[in-house]
Amino acid sequence: MRLLRYLSFRLLGILVVLLVIAVITFAIFYLLPSDPARLACGRPCTEANLERVRQYMGVDQPWFVQLGAFLAGIVAGREFGTTVSVHCDAPCFGYSFLRNQSVTELIGERFPATASIAIGAAILFLLLGVIGGLIAALRRNTIVDRGIMTFSIAGVSTPVYLAGILAILLFGFTLRWLPTSGYVALDDDPLQWLSHLILPWVSVAFVSAAVYARLTRSEMLEVMGLDYIRTARAKGLAERRVIGKHGLRTALLPVVTVFGLDLGVLLGGAVITEKVFAIPGMGALLIEAVSAVDVQLIVGLTLFAAFLVVTLNLVIDLVYGFLDPRVRVS
Amino acid sequence: MTATTAREDVAVPARKTGFRTLVGNLARDPWAVAAATTIVVFVLAAILADAITAITGVDPYTYNQHLLDGRGQPIGWGGGISATHWFGVEPLTGRDLFAIVVYGARTSLFIGISATLLAVLIGTVVGITSGYFGGWYDRITSRAVDVMFGFPTLVFLIALMAIIPADLPRPPFIALVIGVFGWPGISRIVRGQTLALRERNFVVASKAMGARSWRIVLGQVLPNVGATIVVVASVIIPGMIAAEAALSFLGVGVTPPTPSWGRTIGEAILWVRTSPMYLIFPGAALFLITLAFNVFGDSLRDALDPRTARR
Repeated sequence: MRLLRYLSFRLLGILVVLLVIAVITFAIFYLLPSDPARLACGRPCTEANLERVRQYMGVDQPWFVQLGAFLAGIVAGREFGTTVSVHCDAPCFGYSFLRNQSVTELIGERFPATASIAIGAAILFLLLGVIGGLIAALRRNTIVDRGIMTFSIAGVSTPVYLAGILAILLFGFTLRWLPTSGYVALDDDPLQWLSHLILPWVSVAFVSAAVYARLTRSEMLEVMGLDYIRTARAKGLAERRVIGKHGLRTALLPVVTVFGLDLGVLLGGAVITEKVFAIPGMGALLIEAVSAVDVQLIVGLTLFAAFLVVTLNLVIDLVYGFLDPRVRVS
Repeated sequence: MTATTAREDVAVPARKTGFRTLVGNLARDPWAVAAATTIVVFVLAAILADAITAITGVDPYTYNQHLLDGRGQPIGWGGGISATHWFGVEPLTGRDLFAIVVYGARTSLFIGISATLLAVLIGTVVGITSGYFGGWYDRITSRAVDVMFGFPTLVFLIALMAIIPADLPRPPFIALVIGVFGWPGISRIVRGQTLALRERNFVVASKAMGARSWRIVLGQVLPNVGATIVVVASVIIPGMIAAEAALSFLGVGVTPPTPSWGRTIGEAILWVRTSPMYLIFPGAALFLITLAFNVFGDSLRDALDPRTARR
């Protein structure tokens, strides 16, 4: 019962946050000096035509009416125009008149590629980072520790795209082990999917694993000096168990927190990686939209990204609650 | 008399603080010195870009088609490295790569540092006021900071590039946008320190003597969070530089012909097989300045943090 109340409280909070984000985003792009109707109006663009396009898109209305229609569209879908209308199914994040497709459909086409990059890279960098940090902490002040830490500050300072291009140069062009560009859907050919994604994963992971290695190392050093670890050792537990069950479990809590905060960064990393490896994902779509000033698409994509990250953050917060007994009790 | 002597005997070992000690500590740390030197070199290069490129009479805008072969590749070793063109020339245009890298430092550091200043300004104001005044204002700002922390900032930055008016200079706008998204980290740290300072005796005493809020904030809280602000600023600069480079790399940041490392790296992808030097020089510059700021930030944090100093 208490859990249910907590959950509904959190969900309500998230809804408020999403609403605020939607209003702010909409307000920023409403102040846009360019005119989306003019871009979609075609040639010759007479005043009468332009007026019709404005009416069709709904941009002739005052901004709060537009915002209301937009928000209602996310929940219930939306119609544009009256005689020759286009329908945009719920959840409708807007309609790209330049592409004659709803933003939701476009996201549906492009999101799998972006998600593939992000999820695979996350698994890889969490594993590499935690293991690297753990080894560095256990072999503190040895050559192994220094090596891992040097490698990790180099990683932190390398832009994702530079790591990506160097990976292409080495594994693609010189060694010819892996394809250097493009994307194959998982349903089409799982093996090709994998081989096209290994280099993007490695480049994102190289940069991000560094952050987690540093974090895991410092947390581990802190935790291993605490009293309960001494108690665990004193009662004769094997060192493996002390480290794995007592030490690492506590040290990983901040790692989970940071991972939750890093989801936005991860999405950004995926966007950049898409450009390096010519993968047609959501980031590529966003950049095309920015170049074409396709405002509806820009607003839709941005909001989708914000909604996604904020919602996943909630999920990670809840997971944290299950990992940390102290949070569960209170 | 005797009492005083006895007390001197058991005196606590003085923990030295203050600016001079800090500089002394840093000067003994070889990594900090190397990092600081690198930063100074880059800053000087950015400021003196005109003078440095005047040595060989190059600039980042002049096309040198005669230095390229029929396919647009630079003629000669290492992408056309010569006594005049120290880093070789750009494929397709033949512009001097050394000049592009040096002027690129100007763009990068200008945007990185102004964005940092803006972020520090907003973060400090929000952090101090929310920490000092508390209440509903604090609750709202803290929640905003929480949300902005996990935000897909890069996605928003890319989206905002669409609404920058075309007839205005882009670099200041990019700095503005990056800075506006960069303040939550500083705000959170400054707020935490302000909360602790608010309970300290000298602040309570001032309040009891009837000092106004703004006087306490400016005269007592701000000077005490100053050192922290400096450290945090040095830690966030590389992120700001990276943000500009990423935007330019993606083709939505600094527009040609203004030199930018990120954009050059983005263009170099197409040439990396035949002219790797075109990638390596701007890439190394971006890597080095980020590394230098990261290493320096680490050393500064160690020098100021009593916890790590004890270890």
